[in-house]
Amino acid sequence: MLNDKDRIFTNLYGLHDWGLKGAMARGQWDNTKALLDKGRDWIIDEMKASGLRGRGGAGFPTGLKWSFMPKESDGRPAYLVVNADESEPGTCKDREIMRHDPHTLVEGCLVASFAMGAHTAIIYVRGEFIRERERLQAAVDQAYEANLIGKNNKNGWDFDIIVHHGAGAYICGEETALLESLEGKKGMPRLKPPFPASVGVYGCPTTVNNVESIAVAPTILRRGAAWFAGIGRPKNSGTKLFCISGHVEKPCTVEEEMGITLRELIDRHCGGVRGGWDNLLAVIPGGASVPCLPASQCDNLIMDFDSLRDVKSGLGTAAVIVMDKSTDIIRAIARLSYFYKHESCGQCTPCREGTGWMWRVLERMAEGRAAKREIDMLLEVTYQVEGHTICALGDAAAWPVQGLIRHFRHVIEERIDDYAARPAVGEPLMVEAAE
Amino acid sequence: MAVRRLAEVQPESFAFSDENMAWAKKEIAKYPESRQASAVISMLWRAQDQEGWVTEPAIEVIAEMLDMPKIRVLEVATFYTMFNLAPVGDVAHIQVCGTTPCWLRGADDIKKVCRDRINKEQFHRSSDGKFSWEEVECLGACVNAPMVLVGSDTFEDLTAESFGKLIDDMAAGKPVTPGPQIERQFSAPAGGPTTLTDPALYSRESSDDGELRTRVVEPTTIDPDAAAIADPQPAPPGASEPAARAEEPAVVAEGSAEAKEEEAPPTDADQPEGLAEARGGKPDDLKRISGVGPKIEGILHSLGIFHFDQIAAWQPREVAWVDDRLKFKGRIMRENWIEQAQSLAGEDIDDKGSADG
Repeated sequence: MLNDKDRIFTNLYGLHDWGLKGAMARGQWDNTKALLDKGRDWIIDEMKASGLRGRGGAGFPTGLKWSFMPKESDGRPAYLVVNADESEPGTCKDREIMRHDPHTLVEGCLVASFAMGAHTAIIYVRGEFIRERERLQAAVDQAYEANLIGKNNKNGWDFDIIVHHGAGAYICGEETALLESLEGKKGMPRLKPPFPASVGVYGCPTTVNNVESIAVAPTILRRGAAWFAGIGRPKNSGTKLFCISGHVEKPCTVEEEMGITLRELIDRHCGGVRGGWDNLLAVIPGGASVPCLPASQCDNLIMDFDSLRDVKSGLGTAAVIVMDKSTDIIRAIARLSYFYKHESCGQCTPCREGTGWMWRVLERMAEGRAAKREIDMLLEVTYQVEGHTICALGDAAAWPVQGLIRHFRHVIEERIDDYAARPAVGEPLMVEAAE
Repeated sequence: MAVRRLAEVQPESFAFSDENMAWAKKEIAKYPESRQASAVISMLWRAQDQEGWVTEPAIEVIAEMLDMPKIRVLEVATFYTMFNLAPVGDVAHIQVCGTTPCWLRGADDIKKVCRDRINKEQFHRSSDGKFSWEEVECLGACVNAPMVLVGSDTFEDLTAESFGKLIDDMAAGKPVTPGPQIERQFSAPAGGPTTLTDPALYSRESSDDGELRTRVVEPTTIDPDAAAIADPQPAPPGASEPAARAEEPAVVAEGSAEAKEEEAPPTDADQPEGLAEARGGKPDDLKRISGVGPKIEGILHSLGIFHFDQIAAWQPREVAWVDDRLKFKGRIMRENWIEQAQSLAGEDIDDKGSADG
């Protein structure tokens, strides 16, 4: 287990002063200029050496991403865009950073922007996080007032932060949709290439990073890449905010080391699975879009990118959704399918039509009102959606369904058998209408 | 995707209040020149705050202000689901999260309360016009499920009872407290945090290995430069020249001497006796003492401390002196270095003994 002294977000629960004074007492903004004085290359090399992988879900190495930004400006300004559009179901970590430890993010923005030659950072906060946005703006204002950021600030790098917000569209968490939304358009993902590092917001070089990836950067640079890399397993290093929701005794958000086992995470911090470990049915280990895993695979499950990928799931945002044996797993996944149907931007046909189709079939399967051959048909459709859309929302909609069929096919079959065995009643029920 | 259309009945006109107009000008100025369209979401939002919902005239006014085609603003207003395109409850429009994490913990019960108390249908107002509700997708407070968003505030860890009471209180105009509706510190586990309990994190004393992260310095002002005076540069990784080490504690001692004016500060006479070099050229691994990292080990070496038995023999005055040198007030005692060193020194002898035997 991680020691308290190795935790980065020391005000995760808002027990202490979130403001500048409190943040400085906890070690933030401590001679930031010294970090910048070491130069762009040093910062990027340290970030690479730390092994930090993006905390937004995909796990792309952060230092490498920063290094894609043009070294010399061609006249266009460069931008850092921070993705605070946290809306993957199960995920509520960036919220804690923004409302309780906002200076980690503000300072991180300065350091990261300097490393990529950007003088402006835009933080895109999801619309629903209203208090969080206010808090973040207050922290930014404090930093301006103390001349830590702004023109001619004492850190020696002219730097502005714009706090921007959305209005309730999950798709804006996709980086190019976010850029569209920033420009005042519908959040519809762009085709890549060109990648944002060459053509991003306002047609300028842009790097989009998750809140957590940026907020951990100053601490990594202060304590050294070796410290961060020494936590967890190779290629899966560092500390991570885990959000454990669902059927545990005490759901919570907690910073732990990468590679902690699922069981330790739940038993140590969440008071165990409701009704005991043996009452576990399944978990979704990384936010709604990763496939679920049955209890039989959970006993020694290691929570990091590579080991979860090895069991055909993923760490995603490290949002662990726990389901005990009272759960109707088909309904649980059908509700996620509804989520994707609702949040599809409608740009690509496989996603726009596929998400609704999958949801309607799953709703019938949850009742048992389906044929067994439809299970394979549903699976086939998920493969038709996956990989055939501009952005990853199509994939994200397909994976939970694939996970359900992979591990709980027998439950669907039993449900269909039960329904077929029931005596017919009056007129047939209507299929749920789609919009 | 959600299909959303403007309400059939629309007001005649829309105008921002003076206050909102001033705000809007500032908002537009936040963005680079000719990029004022970036402000469209926040402007629509402000219009909704003012009117309760987004009206067609508001869309037209905003399009004009931002120099955007009307259809583009209409597109935005219908795309983003937080814009209410029809009037909502006068007192509150309640957004109930119904996505799986909330569903697992009883969102259906919350929805039932809405249907019973407000209206069977979403987006329809209650008979007294005070409330309306809708089921929304994940609101990002999953560890506090189930939850609702009302206006700017979230109400979390709800039950049908506590949610019913919340509606009663809001209807009666009583003050309501946002956040968890059970005994709980935000997203910490109910019953108290299982982490971040080490008081050393918050005592402004370092609880790590003396790296730059946490400092003894009292931040009396919010001036990092002031802090920097007493703060040595962090040793670059790998830098281990003895010269660099020897300098550092000196700077530190200055800082901490200022920081405390206690009775009889330890003097150099209290310096524990050091060795010129490790006995037999083999220093003990001092890092085995919990609380000692590579950096502190380096400082100890520079003071001539190489072995557990040396630390085990420190007297209180000597501890105070070393404490000063390390600028971790009280840490040696708090972490029981002496005891740890004593047992480690003993272990060492055991090891040697068994090796000899």
